[in-house]
Amino acid sequence: MINKKVADVTEAMQGVKDDMTLMLGGFGLCGIPENAINNLVKLNVKGLTCISNNAGVDDFGLGLLLHKRQIKKMVSSYVGENDEFERQMLSGELDVELVPQGTLVERCRAAQSGFPAFFTPAGYGTEVAEGKEVREFNGKMYVLEKAFEADFAFIKAWKGDAAGNLIFKGTARNFNPSMCGAAKITVAEVEELVPVGSLDPNQIHIPGIFVQRIFQGKDYEKRIEQLTVRQRS
Amino acid sequence: MLDKIGIAKRIAQEVQDGYYVNLGIGIPTLVANYVRDGIEVEFQSENGVLGMGPFPFEGEEDADLINAGKQTITTLPGASFFDSSLSFSMIRGQHVDLTILGAMEVSEEGDIANWKIPGKMVKGMGGAMDLVASAQNIIVAMMHTNKAGESKLLKKCSLPLTGVGCVKKIVTNLAVLEVTENGFKLLERAPGISVDEIKKATEGHLIVDGDIPEMVL
Repeated sequence: MINKKVADVTEAMQGVKDDMTLMLGGFGLCGIPENAINNLVKLNVKGLTCISNNAGVDDFGLGLLLHKRQIKKMVSSYVGENDEFERQMLSGELDVELVPQGTLVERCRAAQSGFPAFFTPAGYGTEVAEGKEVREFNGKMYVLEKAFEADFAFIKAWKGDAAGNLIFKGTARNFNPSMCGAAKITVAEVEELVPVGSLDPNQIHIPGIFVQRIFQGKDYEKRIEQLTVRQRS
Repeated sequence: MLDKIGIAKRIAQEVQDGYYVNLGIGIPTLVANYVRDGIEVEFQSENGVLGMGPFPFEGEEDADLINAGKQTITTLPGASFFDSSLSFSMIRGQHVDLTILGAMEVSEEGDIANWKIPGKMVKGMGGAMDLVASAQNIIVAMMHTNKAGESKLLKKCSLPLTGVGCVKKIVTNLAVLEVTENGFKLLERAPGISVDEIKKATEGHLIVDGDIPEMVL
């Protein structure tokens, strides 16, 4: 067993510097690496490029980094829930690259898998395809999209072990698995760090080879963005 | 004239036994409530769930279980979770049978615009571009005209496109239309709506072939 366990979030974040490109898992506020984000706020690193499907809300998730103007550029598919984001974007302080969601995840997965680029039909004929190579396959048009290059990937999983093996829960899985191994260093935080050997190898979603550092996360808020319920009849 | 629920009810008639269906935000979400009894359908949400159920009862919500609109949901027996990459493999790989989404504009060639208004805040396309580029069966749910009374069924879209030549069918508050090589073919009228009223509200080329039946809801 190759040990990936680090003592805490502070040790896990060693090497994070200004102007780096970071991948952060999560969809909305679901499955975001809360501990890593809070630590980035504490470290006060600036000039970050953040690849993440969304940009948090004003006072939670990546919104915390936006609030302190730590982010130079966001690469996302949807950024609608954040007033501070809108203000910085409209004033030109923040650079934004909007990427179709399926393309966004595949650019992570391409980096994880060793593909420099891939063709997708998403965005053909739209402004997303401007300046990009397009090609016809079997009578349909496709756009060439490139793999991301990132310094760190911050991942949140449900359970993990010191070998770096990960299991996700529910829709908190989302972008997390495709970001594992897609950056130079992958840091996984887990709700439950369990003893090596206690996870069933059949059930592991991401093998430890894709993870460089893993730690037991703490104080998860797991905020719900849109609480919707039905009445008991 | 139909309201939003009427549009959802009419679209629900298009859902067939055995379909995997992706529902967009807004009117499309309502379609799930009106799928007829006796057929088996699974709803996919692109954030990573197949077999979505209704909203949870109060107190039973789970922060780790949401739909693409970030709303708390439940799952039905037979449901599965997966990552975003596999989710878009279902979409891009054309394993999803039916995609229902809203639109700001649709052109007579089947182009769709639903993600960006120049000069206004751009929130992003989310999964809409992936969905429209790949789905073989796309139904658009929308009002026939915008708030200013202008047609949303156009010769050419004026807003930035989400996808080209992809929309097959449109259900509005006034009509059901099919996008054909020659333009919008009128299939059905909403209750109490005349062909003339639909003509007036349609800027793109409208094909009226024979008697147009009224929708049965």
